[in-house]
Amino acid sequence: MPVIHTTSRRGGLRAGLAQRMELLGWSLLLLLASLAAFALLVLWSTALGLVLLGAGLPLALVATVVVRWFADRHRGWAGRWLPAPVARPYLPLPPGNWFRRLWVILKDPATWRDWAWLAVDSAVGWCTAGGPFLLFAAGLFYLLYPLVFALTPPQVFRTPLGPRFHLHGVAESFAMVPLGLLLLVLWYVGAVPFARLNARLVRLLLAPTEQARLRARVAQLAASRAETVDSQAGELRRIERDLHDGAQARLASLGMSLGLAEQLLADDPQAVARLLAEARESTSTALAELRDLVRGIHPPVLADRGLDGAIQALALACPVPTTVGVDIPGRLPAAVESAAYFAVAEALANAIKHAGAHRVDIRLEYTAQGTLSILVADDGRGGASFEAGTGLRGIARRLAAFDGTIGIDSPMGGPTNVRMSLPCAWS
Amino acid sequence: MRVVVAEDLALLREGLIRILQAYGFEVVEAVDNGPSLLRALETHRPDVSVIDVRLPPTLTDEGLRAAIDARARHPGLPVLMLSQYVEQLYARELMSDRAGAVGYLLKDRVSDVGRFIDTVRGVAAGATMMDPEVVAVMLARHEEDEPLRALTPREREVLALMAEGRSNAAIASRLFVSEKAVSKHSNSIFTKLGLHPSEEDNRRVLAVLAYLQA
Repeated sequence: MPVIHTTSRRGGLRAGLAQRMELLGWSLLLLLASLAAFALLVLWSTALGLVLLGAGLPLALVATVVVRWFADRHRGWAGRWLPAPVARPYLPLPPGNWFRRLWVILKDPATWRDWAWLAVDSAVGWCTAGGPFLLFAAGLFYLLYPLVFALTPPQVFRTPLGPRFHLHGVAESFAMVPLGLLLLVLWYVGAVPFARLNARLVRLLLAPTEQARLRARVAQLAASRAETVDSQAGELRRIERDLHDGAQARLASLGMSLGLAEQLLADDPQAVARLLAEARESTSTALAELRDLVRGIHPPVLADRGLDGAIQALALACPVPTTVGVDIPGRLPAAVESAAYFAVAEALANAIKHAGAHRVDIRLEYTAQGTLSILVADDGRGGASFEAGTGLRGIARRLAAFDGTIGIDSPMGGPTNVRMSLPCAWS
Repeated sequence: MRVVVAEDLALLREGLIRILQAYGFEVVEAVDNGPSLLRALETHRPDVSVIDVRLPPTLTDEGLRAAIDARARHPGLPVLMLSQYVEQLYARELMSDRAGAVGYLLKDRVSDVGRFIDTVRGVAAGATMMDPEVVAVMLARHEEDEPLRALTPREREVLALMAEGRSNAAIASRLFVSEKAVSKHSNSIFTKLGLHPSEEDNRRVLAVLAYLQA
């Protein structure tokens, strides 16, 4: 549904009226919802009461699911009237048996805030949410009062404002029409503020508290830090092993060859020539290994040319035709450049190795929100998923350290789109 | 032949100078950073220069930029770039002026001294000499293409060596065949790729590289 803004002057009465009518529908719906809230409150309280007595566990869980769904609908509605969406505050449910889940639900402060909201909504919802509808209905009623008067039997609708105000005929009943108009004007003017008020009420009780938000953030940071530290330690171990088995071993054998050559110099020049050729071969191999290692740590072209140049270089070294579009103002923080480079390199390698792509398209864009958004699209056979390969999980881990995200759209048969986003300034 | 050497690591700089002098080159100046290199190239206009891609003060691709700057002002000024790693991107930038007299090699290749000296002389004579690693990646990009698949394995070998900038004579001695055989192969390659054959080595190399870069 489109986001509705307050009517601009140019939008005119028509747009204003359309918006009011939509709000009217919502108001009626929310009015009914506040009645439903009362029913849910009773149901849920009963179910929880029964759990305490040792029964009603499934009912309590079902009621919880329904309440959360119900609250989510209200969050969604309120988000449209507030500057930011209303987040879901619940603790994640553990896998395993129902008692543990129920225990987590009961421990979760958001559960009790839901409960409080049901109580508040069933008490005042008819006014805050249903207000516009009631104003409109009453306005219409009084506006048409003469008609009502004429069509009803003489005993009803004769004292619209209490027993002391008695109407004696259809002509007198026209006195109620201005009141109807007044109420309709109040409805028209008040519809949007009412919706805002109601949205704030929803946010007050259904949004995560600052404490809950911070707790969730801390948990997320702790998890991503643990992963980062782990993967860094793993990287260092790998580098150590590569150096030990590769370059170090080759230099040692090089020393041996040269030492032997020195010994043989006088007696066997042919053997010396052979040893020297071997030694030269050995240095070449050692250098090639070191080169690969360095590329894996920090590709020199990234330091030279930044992300733009490094991605171009990656595409040029790629065996399938690869197009690159980069729209980044200047250099990004070095850590972001490095993470983005390796993420693209991995996605590109996947496209070639596993998807058998014939074309790859890489796009990098720096958005107005200070986020680097990356797309790697290929025409390969698709079927990529986090379960299928460790590569994509590795990217996800790398990006998580920056609060970055990765999404894969890869139906069987292709094509594959890997979308990544990476905030460039982080908290 | 007058040479300028640019390399920031003293150990390697001395090694390069020693090798070049052993083969009769005159090292007119050896520098260790980008700005001095640009000055040296301007003042000496050497017959050839041997330049490390990465140079101080920024320790990025300063040597490459200096070489490209100098060649923009003096087209065809012979430069041989050395680096610990090769990038297709840099190869493309070096060749983009199509003036020839340019080389791009891994530093490891210097250990094959004979071939290294051939490369220096080739660049000084106006040839375009690319590292086998650069050529291998270029060939890999076209592996699936129709005309390249039509080449015989021998023709592919010849094509790779041609793209590295080797002359017919050098290719012949490397593959242990006669020069005539090489020239027969190269004519066949040019026909299959739809390129205009050329007797002159450098123009032939440029045609092959342009084809592979497309």
